[in-house]
Amino acid sequence: MVLSITIGATLFANFLAPAGYEHQFRDSPNASPSNKHLLGTDDLGRDRFARLLYGSRVSLLLAPLAAALSTVLAAFVGGLAGYFGGWLERMALIVVDLFLSIPWIFLLISVRAVLPLNISPQSSVIVTFLLLGSLGWAASARIVCAGTRSLMKSDFVALARATGFSGSRLVRLHLLPNLRGILLAQFWISIPVFIITEANLGALGLGVSEPLPSLGSLLRELQNVVTLRPEPWRFIPLAVLVIVVSSFEILLNRSSNSFSEVRA
Amino acid sequence: MKRPLLVYAALVLVSAAMLAQSGGELRFCIPSEPNTFNPLLPQEVSSATIIYLTGGVLARFNRFSQKLEPELATSWKVLDGGKKIRFQLREGLHFSDGTLFSADDVAYTMQKLMDPDLHSPTGDAFRSGEGKVVTNILSPVTIEIIFPAVVANLANLFDTVPMLSSRSPQKDMASLGPFYVAEHKAGTYILLKRNPYYWKKDSSGKQLPYLDAIRLEIELNKEIEALRFSRGDLQMITALQPDIFEKLASQNNAQVQDAGVSTYTEFLWFNQVPASTIPAYKRAWFTSTAFRRAVSEAINRADMARIVFHGHAQPAVGAVSPANKFWFNTKLKPHPYDPDSALRRLRQEGFHFDKGKLTDKSGNEVEFSIITVANNHARESMAAMVQQDLKKIGIKVNVVTLDFHAVIERISETFNYEACLLGLLYSDLDPNGVMNVWLSSEPDHQWNPKQKSPATAWEAEIDRLMRAQASSGDEHLRKQYWDRVQEIAWEQEPFIYLVDKDALVAISPKVKNAHPSALHPQTFWNAEYLALDNGGR
Repeated sequence: MVLSITIGATLFANFLAPAGYEHQFRDSPNASPSNKHLLGTDDLGRDRFARLLYGSRVSLLLAPLAAALSTVLAAFVGGLAGYFGGWLERMALIVVDLFLSIPWIFLLISVRAVLPLNISPQSSVIVTFLLLGSLGWAASARIVCAGTRSLMKSDFVALARATGFSGSRLVRLHLLPNLRGILLAQFWISIPVFIITEANLGALGLGVSEPLPSLGSLLRELQNVVTLRPEPWRFIPLAVLVIVVSSFEILLNRSSNSFSEVRA
Repeated sequence: MKRPLLVYAALVLVSAAMLAQSGGELRFCIPSEPNTFNPLLPQEVSSATIIYLTGGVLARFNRFSQKLEPELATSWKVLDGGKKIRFQLREGLHFSDGTLFSADDVAYTMQKLMDPDLHSPTGDAFRSGEGKVVTNILSPVTIEIIFPAVVANLANLFDTVPMLSSRSPQKDMASLGPFYVAEHKAGTYILLKRNPYYWKKDSSGKQLPYLDAIRLEIELNKEIEALRFSRGDLQMITALQPDIFEKLASQNNAQVQDAGVSTYTEFLWFNQVPASTIPAYKRAWFTSTAFRRAVSEAINRADMARIVFHGHAQPAVGAVSPANKFWFNTKLKPHPYDPDSALRRLRQEGFHFDKGKLTDKSGNEVEFSIITVANNHARESMAAMVQQDLKKIGIKVNVVTLDFHAVIERISETFNYEACLLGLLYSDLDPNGVMNVWLSSEPDHQWNPKQKSPATAWEAEIDRLMRAQASSGDEHLRKQYWDRVQEIAWEQEPFIYLVDKDALVAISPKVKNAHPSALHPQTFWNAEYLALDNGGR
């Protein structure tokens, strides 16, 4: 419910926001909340409420896309490794370990540094989330691999093979349906992880380009701890992030429970 | 010029009259572990701070009056038009370990300073021509130093040369300044203690420094530094960020001071390197003076100073900040904010402005990226304001924040960028200190470095003027040359200067005799006179 309201509000940001997210009201920078600016303005005079709506939209739309990409990659690598086993599995797990051992933030910073400079803020945010998706599949792949390996050793797969099921039919009819729960769980887990990673990148100033906001770039205001105490409204993006991430966690628990019930 | 001197004289008298209490430990932060304790190798703020507080120099450039004053030397005379300098030293001075100071030490210091194997940046300023630097010791307190060619601004350069001891068992760590390095806990602090042999006395004959010690806490985070200052753990902060300044001012206005415009300038430039990967049509824009002038006129510097720096910055005039009293060309004024004039210039150059978009003669939409360093909030905000301002004349700007090393690599090695926004602290006020920026053959001639021959007539003119000022011993002639360079830079705008930041400092009311200066080091330039009320208790 909370997540639906949040997503709904961000989708209708064009109607709800009192101004564009980039518009600088230069006569009123750092303004306190008022009728004109519900959450005040930032240090360039940009309406915080508008930026929160648009920033949440960016994070809430693109994090699931990145999560879908990483889940597909994880399913492909982990599924192949678990299906074939042997040296292919060992090689795949070495690659997975390699990806897991690389510090994400530094890798993202490096990749970001070699990207073309003349891309619009909209493209830059898509690129950022695509990077997150294409780099964040390794942990999920290990779980998918273990699940596939376990399925390959199960009696019903052995029976299907004995009755002459082709590889593709086996995957389509037995493996994918049984891996669905794992893949869904990995998808839901990845969404908050990517939102938080983008927030970390944003906090380092390396996320979404100006003037486009994201939850991450909005959280940068919290770095200024000295000026926080009299301005609690600066915490609202953090509250939204906590609510969104918590909602995804609850969704994940529910989907896991319902999947368990179905299996039982 | 007389008024600041009178103010300074009054401040000195007030300081002298003040019965400052001795003792106590002053604490403030340095941003990192010092790279070196070698007095001839200052590399960054932390080592430069330690060297300033511990090093004894022959003459000191007073950060308040901007005049050179006697220190270890009682007098000096520049001879042969700037090829030779003769120093008369004070008698009976000792290093912090008790070793006697004499002309031998000056000769030893010069020998070490000019040693090519040391690669001292301080020594580079003295390298005017081929050949060795010769020292003639005329007596234990008189020495002549002879250079192979004229060295401009020769006497002032000795402000940055701390004297080493040729005989002390402590070698480079023996100090002639008010303090010496007593303790170093890596990553945590450096403790400087009062030099018991320091030569200077106050007007009442009391030996300086007043303080027992200075503890330099290593802390990079400016927010934490401000919190510690608010709690009373620290007594001073140099180079405050404007938002923290405002916050501290709201707590207690008496503890912060805006010391006026500093020599820290923020600027923007376009990549004009012929070998860069940018498209030819874009390079044509960037090499066009009219395009650069139009961009400059379309940027609202006053808004930038007011919003990003909370009013603690001034619209920049040009290559020299007004804080540099002698060398600043007073005829120049900041470029006015005038988007209409900017559009007129662009139309004259063949650009078309239609439906909010600017296109060049060939129909290319005018769009470029500005790179700047990530996690520098002020620069990102400035870039966002430039983005908004240029949108009004139809230019689309993409702001790209990169980590520091990626920015440096792009602007100095790969040249894979279109425009860059950075800032620079000019700690050397003399034009010789920026030869590396203005000579077209130099690597720091950022818009088009390392040119074999000047790409434009105006760059050739700047080269000629810079070389002429560097080889002249006549200060007024040098000023004429440098004034002309500033005028050319103002007209051509290879660097679009945005704002000159104010020097913002926080000083606890417990600290006595502090007179913050706009020049670095803003808070402790008169460290020997600083005192703590009740010994800091």
